[in-house]
Amino acid sequence: MSAPTTTTPRPPVVRSIPAQRRGGDGGSDKARRWTSRGAVHGILVLATLYSVLPLIWLVTSSTKSVGDFSATSAFEFADFHLFTNLSDLFAREDGVFWYWIRNSLLYAGLGAVLGALICTACGYAIAKLDFPGRKLLLSVTLTGVLVPPTALALPLYLLASHLHLVNTFWAVFLPMLTNPFGVYLARTFADAAVPDEVLEAARLDGAGELRIFFTIALPMMMPGFVTILLFQFVAIWNNFFLPLVMLTDPQLFPMALGIYQWSTRALQFPDYNPLVITGSLLAVVPLIVAFVVLQRQWRSGISAGSVK
Amino acid sequence: MTIAVNSQQEAGELRRPSRPRRRFTGAALAAPFAVLLLCTVLVPIGYALWLSLFTDRLSGLGFDGYRQVFTGLANYTHVLTDPAAHTALGNIALYALIHIPVMFGGALLIALLLNSATVRLRQIWSLAVFLPYAVPGVIAGLIWGYLYSPNIGPLNEALPFDPLGSGGVLSSIVNMATWQWMGYNVIIFYTALQAVPREVLEAARADGAGAIRTALSIKIPMIRPTVFVALMFTTIGSLQLFTEPMVLRTFTGTVTSTWTPSLYIYEAAFTNNDYGRAAAASVLLALASALLSALVMRLSARRSR
Repeated sequence: MSAPTTTTPRPPVVRSIPAQRRGGDGGSDKARRWTSRGAVHGILVLATLYSVLPLIWLVTSSTKSVGDFSATSAFEFADFHLFTNLSDLFAREDGVFWYWIRNSLLYAGLGAVLGALICTACGYAIAKLDFPGRKLLLSVTLTGVLVPPTALALPLYLLASHLHLVNTFWAVFLPMLTNPFGVYLARTFADAAVPDEVLEAARLDGAGELRIFFTIALPMMMPGFVTILLFQFVAIWNNFFLPLVMLTDPQLFPMALGIYQWSTRALQFPDYNPLVITGSLLAVVPLIVAFVVLQRQWRSGISAGSVK
Repeated sequence: MTIAVNSQQEAGELRRPSRPRRRFTGAALAAPFAVLLLCTVLVPIGYALWLSLFTDRLSGLGFDGYRQVFTGLANYTHVLTDPAAHTALGNIALYALIHIPVMFGGALLIALLLNSATVRLRQIWSLAVFLPYAVPGVIAGLIWGYLYSPNIGPLNEALPFDPLGSGGVLSSIVNMATWQWMGYNVIIFYTALQAVPREVLEAARADGAGAIRTALSIKIPMIRPTVFVALMFTTIGSLQLFTEPMVLRTFTGTVTSTWTPSLYIYEAAFTNNDYGRAAAASVLLALASALLSALVMRLSARRSR
């Protein structure tokens, strides 16, 4: 099963023996290259359609009224209803959707900034400084990567209820700050990006250790910091199980939970459908924009996390 | 999970006992995370272990309300002999057995195609397939739920089976998860493929290996460690499956309240308030996840030898 290589210009030497033994002359070789290029692009087009069509459906559907939503076909545009849907969305239940946006931004934005800072500090300390319990912390952290969050949700809920934290901001915010994988990433980044000589030089100049971290090491680890921040943001933004378990007050819901709650009503009250869909669009757009803008960051981050 | 503590030597030079301030700073920088890890991971695990040994019973004639009674491993035997738990386990096993090969096959294929020289605009293709990763699980569940629904989405009529019926719901959920995670793995594999040394590929080409042959016997073996790490995370993720079936429950009655182990825990804890049983199930889920990831890493170590 060895078709002639489909890759572009080959050195003449390589071309000689195996390709010609199969009697492929220049013409059919070229033709074959064209078919294989067609096949390759065909598969890529299919994969792209599979990935993007559901999102396009979300966009077209958010422009439809309740009636058109079930009356028109899925990808077809009907009367343009997006702005009516949006104003309905923000008016429903005294504008609770505003709270959901604010909460999502607080949980995910504040949580990601703080969480990434905590991870970076700890990863740096593990990689570059000595302290009692360093090895223990590292091995517990690596085990922590493997603990499934859904197994933690119930004991967290019961602990939070002992502390009277259930149905508060903190019940969702604090557990989501813990990101063992972020510490692991930060340690990798610190090892790779912060040379020991630089730290030694700073120490000889009399800089304090904390100052060295904040003014020298942290800027050097900035790409890693941004990567951890981005992924933690997505993880918190997308988290569903913990808020579902912890929160009962709709004014504390993040967007995903609020939209889910509305979707459970849509079966009985179809007028919730456009709200669910328009709300979903608003929950997706910021992340897609972030990923398109920050491409370089997450591409390098994903690879850094999967090397070892 | 064996990750060597590297740069031991340089670190050793840095760590001189005559530097107590450095030790203090190290502890101070690590402390916030250590406290979080203790309070939100270790203590909850310990608490779940403790809880799983107790059951709430009505005390005496029932006038005093519920009382926690030590019941040893009774909760574990309850979970392990519960037919609902067996069904959940069966569902998740079948789900993983379909989802993992389909997603990994698809992701590897796309990554290899992107890596082949015939393709242009690689950034755009890979960005397009990656986008679903940015969609929250609930929203992905809702989008596909609508697409599966009769009269709303096109899939109900287009497919030969009912995607929300008892015969189709498993593949529908597999599809939702594959849609969300395939692009993420494409990026991982594609980045790893780009690190395969050029000389190796040129040597293979000089020996007359075709594109497919090179992919199968050079490229894939060379990115095997990456594939196994991804496999480990996918396995852990698969075991936890919760959001997609939970969301689909509003679209169809086929997905029961105990359809996956995570749904089983949720139902035991928050519908039945049987915390002991839910804690036992949580512990078993964490154990299963640890065992499976150890198995995957074992497999990867054996293969690479």
